[in-house]
Amino acid sequence: MSNIKKRLLKEKIAKVAMQLSGITITGSLFFIIGTILYKGLPYLSWEMISQSPQGGFYIGKEGGILNAILGSLYLATCSTMLATLIGIPISIFLNIYVKSGTFLERSCKLLFDVLFGIPSIVYGAIAFSIMVWVGIRASLLGGIITITLLTIPIVVRTIDELLKTIPVDLKHVTFSLGATRWELAKIFLKYIKPGIFTAILLAFGRAIGDVAGVLLTTGFSDNLPKYIDEPAATLPLAIFFQLSSPIPEVQGRAYASALVLTFIILIIVICTHLLASKQQKHKI
Amino acid sequence: MNWRLIKDKLIQRSFATLLALSLIVIVLILLGLSFKSLPLLRAESFGAILTESVWSPLNGSFGFLPFIMGTIWVTFISLIISVPLCILASAYLVEYAGEALRRMVLPLVNVLAAIPPVLYGVWGVLFVVPFLSQYVAPIVGAETTGYTVFAGGIVLAVMIFPIMVSIMVEVLQTIPYELKAASLSLGATKWETIVKVILVKAKPGLIAAIVLGISRAFGETIAVLMVCGNIPQIPKSFFDAGYPLPALIANNFGEMMSIPLYDSALMFAALLLFVLIFGFNLISRLILNRLEGKS
Repeated sequence: MSNIKKRLLKEKIAKVAMQLSGITITGSLFFIIGTILYKGLPYLSWEMISQSPQGGFYIGKEGGILNAILGSLYLATCSTMLATLIGIPISIFLNIYVKSGTFLERSCKLLFDVLFGIPSIVYGAIAFSIMVWVGIRASLLGGIITITLLTIPIVVRTIDELLKTIPVDLKHVTFSLGATRWELAKIFLKYIKPGIFTAILLAFGRAIGDVAGVLLTTGFSDNLPKYIDEPAATLPLAIFFQLSSPIPEVQGRAYASALVLTFIILIIVICTHLLASKQQKHKI
Repeated sequence: MNWRLIKDKLIQRSFATLLALSLIVIVLILLGLSFKSLPLLRAESFGAILTESVWSPLNGSFGFLPFIMGTIWVTFISLIISVPLCILASAYLVEYAGEALRRMVLPLVNVLAAIPPVLYGVWGVLFVVPFLSQYVAPIVGAETTGYTVFAGGIVLAVMIFPIMVSIMVEVLQTIPYELKAASLSLGATKWETIVKVILVKAKPGLIAAIVLGISRAFGETIAVLMVCGNIPQIPKSFFDAGYPLPALIANNFGEMMSIPLYDSALMFAALLLFVLIFGFNLISRLILNRLEGKS
């Protein structure tokens, strides 16, 4: 009898331990956002997000991080667009044009899965040395190319997952009506339309938050980027630089900048979630 | 020929070209990195680079051991923290929790994945570092600024929660119901079923998830760089500062290019990361694909 009691006690302890670890993991999210909110909110002001750095910004005088916000938005928008334009055709090709189950299909999908895990610092390092070799200086263009390479696997993988959810019957029916593969692809794209936006948002989120890739390739600038061959500031880098300053004012701005980035990410996450639930309803 | 068929063919060609181009990029990365690290490999033997512990580019000595050990320390610490938590939490989500709770928790975990590394770094600087130096270090009697491999490990642990939890949950869901039913009907408690049946059966998948976590931790740059202290020494305890490989690349690239072999050494570091992470990812994806095929 004491044996069964012991086992049931063990069961109870294990259950509590499991609940606690679940709470720790989910709680860490709120903890991180909470910490940034708590530290950043007092420093957040309209001036912060509406102005470029003025003289003496980095010793705590007036100015804001508009240059970094815009730089990041330009960079993320351009590279996400490019990655989508390259990634969707690749996904379509692998799912419709290549016969499923072949070596080509499986190995390509595997490669994109693997590429998904390659850290951005590797892309950044190689892009930087190519840029030095060709003789391009750090610029928005360099950053866009690097981040595009980084986000292509995300788009390919996400679209691939979506295409897998399409019932195989749809494919057979379309073909039996005499459609070409490209016409089938158009139907498929229509079918997963909300999901495509999810993929774009995922890529955008990754692009806007990346540091290691842009650190070497995009450089930093206090001005708003006017041309694509100029260095541009990015929000994560602005956070990083300001945080390493010894001046409390500037550090405070780093917290506020972190808060701005958090807001952007949360908006993206919420949009993704809304679109995902739309995709659920979007079934034929 | 029919215009529709021509269009179909043209599109096939162009899409195939895009695919080929993006795959060529991988080869280019590998070739470029190897080519750039050749000068260093010519100057010193492969074994010497990996096992020497003196990093002094000005004197031409490039010992990678401190950085490799730094990376191993932070990864190891992050695994100690995250592996048990993730296994327990995933088991709970799959075996105990209802559909409603699962639907609430998993998206939240995904939000954790969407948070940019630099924000983890900010959190590390604002919370983990002071917490370690003010509360944890005095307990064990250590004197530290808080910028330690321990801080790096904690930040990394939180960063690899999402990838491990989401894959572990997927793996645990593939365990056939019959196995659990058999174990439960023999009188085992739920916990005993989890430990002795489910986790045993799910072992390859769990290992794949952990390996993916490791490769994520290996490559993480900015968050670790912000909290690790960045001193090129071999860490001897949790409360020593460390200097992981990615941080080395990020901190030094673009500077001091005039020192001979310096950029070659940094490219070698990138090559090392690329090959290791590529291998790790490949292995775990292969395991996961096989599991998916079976179920």
